[in-house]
Amino acid sequence: MAAEDKFRHEEDLFCPGHRACPGCGAAIACKLVTEATGPNTIMAMPTGCMEVTTTPFPESAWGISWIHNVFENAAAIAAGFETAYKAFSKRGKEGYMDYDDVNFVAMGGDGATFDIGIRSLSGMLERGHDVLYICYDNEAYMNTGIQRSGSTPLGASTTTSPSGKVSFGEDVHKKDMPRIVAAHGVEYVATANIAYPNDFQDKIEKALEIEGPKYIQVFAPCPRGWRNEARDVVKIGRLGVETALHPIYEMENGEITEVQKIKERKPVEEYLKLQGRFKHLFKMEGGEEIIQEIQRVADRNAEIFGLDE
Amino acid sequence: MDKMLTGYDAVAEAVKSCDPDVISAYPITPQTDIVEKLSEMVADGELTSEFIKVDSEFNAASTCIGASAAGARVFSATCSQGLKLMSEVLFTASGMRLPLVMAIANRSLSSPLSIWSDYTDTFAEKDGGMIQFYAEDVQEAMDNILMAYKVAEDREILLPALSCLDGFILTHVQEPVELYDEEDMKQFLPDRVPKYTLDPSNPVTMGAYTRPEYWAECKYMVQKALMKSKDKIGEAVEEFADVFDREYGLENNGLISTYKMEDAEVAIVSLGSVVGTIKNVIDEYRDKGEKVGLVKLRVYRPFPVHEINKALEDVEAVGVMEKHVPSGHQAGVAIDTKSALYSTGKRIPVLDFLVGLAGRDVARDNIRNVIEKTKDVKGKDPKEIGFDGEEHWEPLRTEILPEGI
Repeated sequence: MAAEDKFRHEEDLFCPGHRACPGCGAAIACKLVTEATGPNTIMAMPTGCMEVTTTPFPESAWGISWIHNVFENAAAIAAGFETAYKAFSKRGKEGYMDYDDVNFVAMGGDGATFDIGIRSLSGMLERGHDVLYICYDNEAYMNTGIQRSGSTPLGASTTTSPSGKVSFGEDVHKKDMPRIVAAHGVEYVATANIAYPNDFQDKIEKALEIEGPKYIQVFAPCPRGWRNEARDVVKIGRLGVETALHPIYEMENGEITEVQKIKERKPVEEYLKLQGRFKHLFKMEGGEEIIQEIQRVADRNAEIFGLDE
Repeated sequence: MDKMLTGYDAVAEAVKSCDPDVISAYPITPQTDIVEKLSEMVADGELTSEFIKVDSEFNAASTCIGASAAGARVFSATCSQGLKLMSEVLFTASGMRLPLVMAIANRSLSSPLSIWSDYTDTFAEKDGGMIQFYAEDVQEAMDNILMAYKVAEDREILLPALSCLDGFILTHVQEPVELYDEEDMKQFLPDRVPKYTLDPSNPVTMGAYTRPEYWAECKYMVQKALMKSKDKIGEAVEEFADVFDREYGLENNGLISTYKMEDAEVAIVSLGSVVGTIKNVIDEYRDKGEKVGLVKLRVYRPFPVHEINKALEDVEAVGVMEKHVPSGHQAGVAIDTKSALYSTGKRIPVLDFLVGLAGRDVARDNIRNVIEKTKDVKGKDPKEIGFDGEEHWEPLRTEILPEGI
């Protein structure tokens, strides 16, 4: 296939020309999602980086039907259009695709998922809407300028949890969102990572085969917010997995059914040192203890998920 | 087909006749009975709408927006704190031009907490690009639901519309009402034909963000649609009268209706259930040969400027009676009435009477007080009364106020 054919605009469902930063993990995630869902898809997206960078009126990067409303309700918007299609099909309304032929998707960042949108997400999950919710997790509010969210990990310096003379940055651990989702009785919950695109897309395809709500949390490094080189995004993604800080797994009906094993687990320093948000930990007195605590998180993950080969 | 129904059951019957694709609602007193009734209808198979049992009013509005964007006819209901919780997304529904219809069982906004009726909830939403209908009685509350759909879903309008009825006073009273014939409904309110939908076979982007070079024009179009909705409401009441044989302010675009205004020197401007009692008191005055009349607002947004100006053309003093509180200025209808009159060059006293707050009874004596006070300023230059002389809390229990207030 000639290069120009490969990049034919009208065939792209997530088109070039959007304003995301070089190396944006979330933009990679969007591309992978639309490739996996295909065109028969309606997506709701909350306010955030991906919304702002992809839809500066009158331009849009989206080749699928796409809707943004506010920050905290993407899951409810998706529940709304999913229910509308259910009604259309039941009532035999003409001019609408069949309910079973449409993929209903909501995709939002960690702030919109873990924090401000958790009510909408919880309601959608609990009511059993046939919606795939994808959280692109870059561990802070990046669109507003790198403020901490419920997903920000211990020791990360953000603009509202900055490191300082008496601060090591974020002082609490990241919220375990997949487990919270699973506790709703959701049949399929999975984590993924933009550094492992085939695995991510396989999971999207698998999720879409399941009726009812399903959740995939995709790890999506943010060079701007994490203060890393754009070229290191995939490397950091891989190190997230290889250190066991960001395990890749599937949970079906609340049980862990699949994990990506690690051949030779790497120390967390290798992951941390590539990112400016953790650099104070290597310089400050006492930073070592925070790094040790982060290592304990990785060790716990390895044990819980059985990651070591 | 006459039937004795409570306001909430009657509104539910009207919604059933409109046959929404999606209903999404959350309980709040005194609205709850409306959606309870709709839930029963769904449970009994009388109504085939999908009913979303949401987690909050916020997501009642949000799911309605998602469903409306897909092309569905949608319904929700709420009031008071629930409407406030919806407010953020209701403002986006107008900006995104997504029609949705809601019944509002008007109830005070906290604090202090009150479950009783006034318009502090819906008046607070006046800047949100929503059409607001108000009902005098149960039948009008039902009929406004039909007209709200007719106008909201019109492809030249495409806005959210609220059909407001006084909490408890109308929701929980029994009145004889006429239900709708199926054939008449088909004629008056056919299925929604959306202009744009999220149909995946014809992909669209909805809710894009705009930079300063586009935002004002989007809002200008909402304002134009709101103003255009005045004519559409006028057409709706005409068609409604043809099909159902009931009339609502036919000479006034359906936006206001007038009572004994032909030769009135003193006019009361009011809205909602209190209008019935006001008419009775006006009859008393008319029996004494006093020229008092009433302008009833059926629609608060868009504000019926031209219709009000026409109705008040020969009037010498106006007393506004509204179930609303001023907040650092005067209350809603008084401000709007005065600003409407401004463009006519007519300078007459407009007094603002704050009545029936949090469901406090509005007795005939209160209305007599209002009329007497308004009569007292007849023919005066507004300068003589002064801004501070215009605001009247009717009544205000000064004996329970702390010293020095």
